[in-house]
Amino acid sequence: MAGIPLISMRNIVKRFPGVTANDQINLDLHSGQIHALLGENGSGKTTLMSILTGLYRPTEGFISVCGEEKKFASPRDAIDSGIGMVHQHFKLIESFTVAENIALSQSSNSFLLSQEEVVEDIEKLGEKYGMSVNPRSYVWQLSVGEKQRVEILRMLYRNSKVLILDEPTAVLTPQETKELFLNLRKMANDGCAVVFISHKLNEVLELADKITVLRAGKVAGCFDRNDTNRYGLIEMMIGRKISVAQSGTKGEALGETVLEIDDISALNDVGTLGLNGLSLKVRAGEIYGIAGVSGNGQRELAEVLAGLRPVKSGNIKFYGEEITGMSPKNMIERGISYVPEDRLGMGLVPSLNSCENVILKEYDKPKYSQGWWIKEQAAVAATKAIVEKFDVRMGSIFQPVKMMSGGNLQKLLLGREIASKPKLMIVLYPVRGLDIGAIESVHKLLLQLKEANTAIILVSEELEEIAELSDRVGVIFSGKILGEFLIKDLDMERVGSLMAGVVEDKGESV
Amino acid sequence: MRIKLQKSLAPNLVSQTLIPIVAILASLFFCAIFFVLTGRDPVEVYSAMFLGALGSEYGISETFVKMIPLALCGLGIAVAFRMHLWNIGAEGQFYMGACAATWIPLSFPNLPFMLMIPTMIIMGALGGGLWGLLAGWFKTKWQVDEIISTLMMNYIGILWVDFLVYGAWRDPNGKNFPLTAAFPQSAMLPTFGSLRVHYGIFFVLLIAAVLWIIFKKSKWGYETLVIGSNPVAARYAGINIKSNVLLTMFISGALCGIAGMVEVSVVVGKLQPGISPGYGYTAIIVAWLARLHPIAIIGVAFLFAIIHVGGFMLQTMGMPSATATMLQGAMLFFVVGSEILTKYEIKFTSSKEGEKNE
Repeated sequence: MAGIPLISMRNIVKRFPGVTANDQINLDLHSGQIHALLGENGSGKTTLMSILTGLYRPTEGFISVCGEEKKFASPRDAIDSGIGMVHQHFKLIESFTVAENIALSQSSNSFLLSQEEVVEDIEKLGEKYGMSVNPRSYVWQLSVGEKQRVEILRMLYRNSKVLILDEPTAVLTPQETKELFLNLRKMANDGCAVVFISHKLNEVLELADKITVLRAGKVAGCFDRNDTNRYGLIEMMIGRKISVAQSGTKGEALGETVLEIDDISALNDVGTLGLNGLSLKVRAGEIYGIAGVSGNGQRELAEVLAGLRPVKSGNIKFYGEEITGMSPKNMIERGISYVPEDRLGMGLVPSLNSCENVILKEYDKPKYSQGWWIKEQAAVAATKAIVEKFDVRMGSIFQPVKMMSGGNLQKLLLGREIASKPKLMIVLYPVRGLDIGAIESVHKLLLQLKEANTAIILVSEELEEIAELSDRVGVIFSGKILGEFLIKDLDMERVGSLMAGVVEDKGESV
Repeated sequence: MRIKLQKSLAPNLVSQTLIPIVAILASLFFCAIFFVLTGRDPVEVYSAMFLGALGSEYGISETFVKMIPLALCGLGIAVAFRMHLWNIGAEGQFYMGACAATWIPLSFPNLPFMLMIPTMIIMGALGGGLWGLLAGWFKTKWQVDEIISTLMMNYIGILWVDFLVYGAWRDPNGKNFPLTAAFPQSAMLPTFGSLRVHYGIFFVLLIAAVLWIIFKKSKWGYETLVIGSNPVAARYAGINIKSNVLLTMFISGALCGIAGMVEVSVVVGKLQPGISPGYGYTAIIVAWLARLHPIAIIGVAFLFAIIHVGGFMLQTMGMPSATATMLQGAMLFFVVGSEILTKYEIKFTSSKEGEKNE
């Protein structure tokens, strides 16, 4: 595999206001190789690929194609250099036919296009790589798997040599995944360089020749397939050896069962099973930690409990009462609080001020309103109390919250939820993006809430955080709890293999 | 050196009030160029407009007469726009309100004033409100974009009135003109003395004040604000979006319907085609320029009424009636265009870093 790499990215840095998404990243792509890009959400995979496809310009660093340095001023330049990408959300026009979608992307010099030629070419390409799609059918008639094939055919049609696929298997059935892998191997054998973005270890190990792990915007490691194993990769992804000292006083003297989830399934946003037979129980005063690589059903679980996502099967009991499929309002009224990961997108209204955000979920309770009217004084007083108690720093409580920093937003959000005295709280990635000081105060808040006998489900990608706070730990994988541990029995090695989907220690995968 | 627009986090109040005023002056200047090109003295044109609208008792009265429907429709539109519900159907709701209100005096001409006017108001509100509600129902039931449905329903509403006055409701003693019979005195809102300006102005003041309080202090005002600003957060907070879409479309339409009722009841005194010279469309501009603030809507409606009445004066000078429309268009263009300056700061930078191509 020596020789000049097809693509070489050198010292790529990309800074967004306040965040360094990519920090000194080097990446070489060789023709004939399948290169997996592994990393958790937010580790910088998508940013890096956006730079390679010309969507972003790097702050520093350069890209060379076949040893020649290139500057991509637009996605068009990247396409002309033979770089193509299949995004997680397909970029197809539903009301056009397959042939029209593919012809549209072609930078042909002639003004007129022969529809028949395009159709023939597509059929030939499809035959060659075993990806048959009827070029004359409309995109809206196709299944998800077929749409993906159209995207791949489109890249091949315009002679892309570098094929980037962003989590292609997320939308596929196991059978389709198998086919896709075969086809990708064929393309690599024909001299393409394939980039496969994923956070599913099994697939990466099955398919890739070379694996680059990204963590927090940096390259954590780059290996040949045969020089590594799943445990090494997991440690690389989360950034430390999986071993944590635990305090022993937890997991005792817990209250009654608050939440009982029995075998629930629910669809995710792309229409496949995000939750697939998940069961768990949480008791009052208990912190139930959910460990797992993000994207394995954590958000779906939270949204089901918040009433935001319909349940397909199974049932949920809250203090013995059946609450499956209730509305968000009903869930809030019962004292179920959901602290979403997306603070400004869901938890708060960015253009409104702190007071208006504090009353968001309780504006129609007597606390903040009377008859038709909002009690403004009460809202201001409650906001001031939250700001003081939770040490939220901001210019003024009457400024739009979008002007606040991430840590303070999180404290305001958590403060609001805690002030509502919930009986159950499900909190997602509570310290993501926070500095050490803010992390500590968020942890303290959660422990205080536990003291107040609230049942807490803590979803985190930081194993250390989970081990430190939880009474019990469940490992989530593919929408299921694969294993549960009392904190005193926590076996990090087993947690690690469960996170990778391995139930037995024999290396068998689910 | 490059010029870059950067989002400013804290829009300050001075620039927020000053920029629209400068924009309006700029639009007057812009139109002045056309006056000069067509051989008119812009100072003369503008002073003629101003004096025409405000220089006489008649002019002032006419200006208020135009302001009332503009303000009422603008208030109705603001209710929907605040929730990011784009009700473009004020014109149709105006006609349907006028039509429903007309049914009362035509069917029960002997009702006393104290019964006649309130039932006409209720009918006007119902007519416009149900017309708006229908578009809201399409949206909640089948995700039909309300921009399209309300816009198309305008034509249905306008033609429905034509259908009635050319047919079933035509005045048998009306020499075959497409008019209904003139309303009895008991169906007419009072005017101020012999002037045409009428008690509809109290509707404007009352509704604006009520909306101002509702927007600021009520639970419903809060709900619609949250839905408009971040629908995901609204759903998360347990706010019922569907029922709010229906309610908002009804109220929005009802206010436009009341505008229609007021217009037929006093200004026209009967139902006939063309009762609105596009109030429902102009009111969109009014609501938008006023940033959906109920009190500001009255002010902007007054400004547009001046342009409207002043435009008539220009026609007597031999200028086309489109002059007023041009002024309105230029104002919208400049004020909306200048909005970027209240949201963004202009920065001069030398580097190219951190930029997004597209």
